[in-house]
Amino acid sequence: MDTSRSDRVHDVVVIGGGPAGLAAAGRAAALGADVAVVDAAVMPGGQYWRQPAGDVLAGSVTHLHHGLSTYRALTGQLAGIAAGGGYYPRHSVWTVGRDESGFVVRALTGTGAGEYEVEIRGRRLVLAPGAYDRQVPFPGWDLPGVMTAGGVQALLKGHAVTAGQRVVVAGTGPFLLPVAAGLAESGATVVGVLEAASPLAWARHAGAVLRNVGKLGEGAGYARALARHRVPVRTRTAVLEASGDGVLERVTTVRLDRHGRALPGTRTTVEADTLAVGWGFTPQLELPLALGCATRVDVDGSLVCVVDDEQRSSVADVFIAGEACGVGGADLAVTEGEIAGTVAAGAAVTDRRLLRRRAALRRFAVAMHAAHPVPSAWMERLTDATVLCRCEEVTVGRAREALLLGADDARSAKLLTRPGMGWCQGRVCGYATSCLMSAWSGRPASPASMAARPVAAPLRLGTLAAADDRAPG
Amino acid sequence: MTEPSFTFDGRPVPFVAGQSVGAALMAAGIRSWRTTRVEGRLRGLFCGIGMCFDCLLVLDGRPNERACLVPADTGMRVESQEGTGHGHLAV
Amino acid sequence: MPERGTDVVVVGAGIIGAACALYAARAGLSVTVLDRGSVGAGTTSRCEGNILVSDKGAGPELDLALASRSLWLELAAEYGADRFELEEKGGLVVATGEAGMASLRRFAVGQGAAGVTAEPVTPDGLRAHEPNLASGLPGGVYYPQDLQVQPVLAAASLLAAARDLGARVVTGTEVTGAARGADGRLTAVHTRDATYPAGAVVNAAGTWGGDVGERLGGSVPVLPRRGFILVTEPLPRVIRHKVYSADYVENVASDDAGLETSAVIEGTRGGTVLIGASRERVGFDETLSVEVLRRLAAQAIRLFPFLADVRLMRSYRGFRPYCPDHLPVVGHDRRVQGLLHACGHEGAGIGLAPATGRLIADLLTGAHPLVDPGPFDPMRFAMEDV
Repeated sequence: MDTSRSDRVHDVVVIGGGPAGLAAAGRAAALGADVAVVDAAVMPGGQYWRQPAGDVLAGSVTHLHHGLSTYRALTGQLAGIAAGGGYYPRHSVWTVGRDESGFVVRALTGTGAGEYEVEIRGRRLVLAPGAYDRQVPFPGWDLPGVMTAGGVQALLKGHAVTAGQRVVVAGTGPFLLPVAAGLAESGATVVGVLEAASPLAWARHAGAVLRNVGKLGEGAGYARALARHRVPVRTRTAVLEASGDGVLERVTTVRLDRHGRALPGTRTTVEADTLAVGWGFTPQLELPLALGCATRVDVDGSLVCVVDDEQRSSVADVFIAGEACGVGGADLAVTEGEIAGTVAAGAAVTDRRLLRRRAALRRFAVAMHAAHPVPSAWMERLTDATVLCRCEEVTVGRAREALLLGADDARSAKLLTRPGMGWCQGRVCGYATSCLMSAWSGRPASPASMAARPVAAPLRLGTLAAADDRAPG
Repeated sequence: MTEPSFTFDGRPVPFVAGQSVGAALMAAGIRSWRTTRVEGRLRGLFCGIGMCFDCLLVLDGRPNERACLVPADTGMRVESQEGTGHGHLAV
Repeated sequence: MPERGTDVVVVGAGIIGAACALYAARAGLSVTVLDRGSVGAGTTSRCEGNILVSDKGAGPELDLALASRSLWLELAAEYGADRFELEEKGGLVVATGEAGMASLRRFAVGQGAAGVTAEPVTPDGLRAHEPNLASGLPGGVYYPQDLQVQPVLAAASLLAAARDLGARVVTGTEVTGAARGADGRLTAVHTRDATYPAGAVVNAAGTWGGDVGERLGGSVPVLPRRGFILVTEPLPRVIRHKVYSADYVENVASDDAGLETSAVIEGTRGGTVLIGASRERVGFDETLSVEVLRRLAAQAIRLFPFLADVRLMRSYRGFRPYCPDHLPVVGHDRRVQGLLHACGHEGAGIGLAPATGRLIADLLTGAHPLVDPGPFDPMRFAMEDV
């Protein structure tokens, strides 16, 4: 099928239908701008407000959600945009470029041989690509049954499926709590929540926490749910190994000292069919990087985009909102989206409360990152046989050989031994590879060296070629 | 009304409208449906949101479809995948 | 702070710098290699790793290529083909029309006289070579001498071999200038952090050779010629040889600044299929060109129809070091005593690297040169200016 082109040039094209994108689109549309929303998902909401596509399921997951009134208001505005022909669900953007009209967003839709490309044009862009779970490898992490915490949550919220019967939830960060609570409420046995951070970690950031009592209330709700289901929450504890015969059967855990290192003699093994792990989040930067937007390394070690007070990136007419300019959760994403949408629509931000809220939520995010670091001692729990790159099946031992060949950053390790060369293009192993190469070479971590992905979503060569005038048929 | 279903390696797998193929497989207790191309290791859902490409399978004869993204549909022919899924092209 | 002095400082840790370092070290010289980035991180990491004789007509570049090919095989025999992932895969050039077939045959006859093995292939023979090729193609020529290496691995392995002979490799350090003695001779190379005393300096900075040459006091006319490569999802072995359409040879030799594309397709050990090739002179513009990607995909599908249902997983672009006469710049810079150039290899750097390294080592030690260095003389452009 051929590329679908349209002469319509929107005032604002928003990429991403999560909290930041919906908020930006809503604000811009309310200000009279002609808005398009391009989103890879079937339903709006992003990961945070992930919704099932069918009515049957939708009702069964309502209790898992927070801030549904905001969601309903935003999707109400989206309905207006959709009525004007500006909503593109199930459209994965594979690249963004420019032409004389401004920006050209190229998205893929349809499956198999029916896949085709849609070009959406706009004068200004709001990028709200969101984030996905950050992972670090450990022995056995590629066994079926080991999943990302976000993946387990997506199954539950988006499909009303519990990932397993006996589940261990592990890693670090406040996101582990809703995942565990949701599973427990849905009938799974949550064997335990293993939080690597210290129980006192938040004490040092009382100011930021007190200004965000709403967030605390949310957390207290999860804690009550976990207590009701007698789910043990263990701090300073991490997964040492996942094991089983072709599928996860056991999880071996270990207590950590205050540096995140395994304490001798504290190993415990529990039976589990599912392990949900997450170590914070990695923003999706393919599109900002393709446009040349400036980046920085945030306090949590993630590569994020630089934006000014009005969510402007370093590239003219490109605004960025949400996790891509610093992981901070849905409330912050909505606030940033509202600011970005306002400015992208050509208006000024007159509501100072918006700016104050963003400042407070950013302080909260910094406190959260400080309280939930990824303790670098995860590297000590690797063996040479541990898989580093799941796609290309590159082990830690193999990646270390790159060092002997003169590699000094993640990109040269990738070029020599292939971590990050497979289907996911380093989305999963990029952070870990960058950390490992830094630890081994003594050079600073180089998250940027594995972040560029000029093809942001894979596409059929036939789809790509279809729009070439010289192509046959 | 009979429950909607697709086939996985020939046997029926029920689903509820709105679920992905991967979610329906998990609900049916099927945890893996792919073997890797180098070591032949089993893989199933990992990220669950389309990022990791671990959950690839063969859908109506087309390899490398992400189970976590494709909505389940009645009558779909879903098959487990070996390696690249393009073995028939090998020379 | 002055570092330990060496007989030679090589600027650039790409494939050319690596080969210069190894052959200089093998000739008994002490060597330091400096690079602002990592090993093989420039154009070396953005190519297919081809060692081709098939795309070169009779002349000095083919002579250099044939000599270099023999050296690659020697290196593989000595260090192990796996150290470079060297594959004797052969090249299959496919004509896309009857007229093209006739000119391809004529080209091959000329190559044969210059020492290239070129075997005409009938239309039926094409499918015997490559079962996945489209039907109805008019024929081609098979070149069994074409080789391929994994380019970054090859550069890293050459440097590792040089290190085993005492060479020192310093990455992440950018050359800023040079020191000269009272007689004008280069005596040292300055980087941002240090000074490296040197008996001689080799500019092996590839596409950035013009800039580095200037910093060292002797500019060379090396310009970027951009190319994109498409990388598919992992596949089993679906293509045996390097397969390309006959118009590639004309594009390589063309002086047109505009976009030129021709189908160049091959498999890799990693399982991906690489699809090229485009050439355009647009400076160092890094923007992805969707138009180029579309053309490359369409041309590749015409040769291998199965590719239509294969996914594009990644794309990368590189900047070939291009000289106005398409020949590399290898030899002494007679304006600056102690400065030699080894850059400007355009799209053939991997193939030409060992011969270039040997030639540089021969010039440094006064040994009988491997091939006549005359055609590659860096001064040939300066003379034209006069």
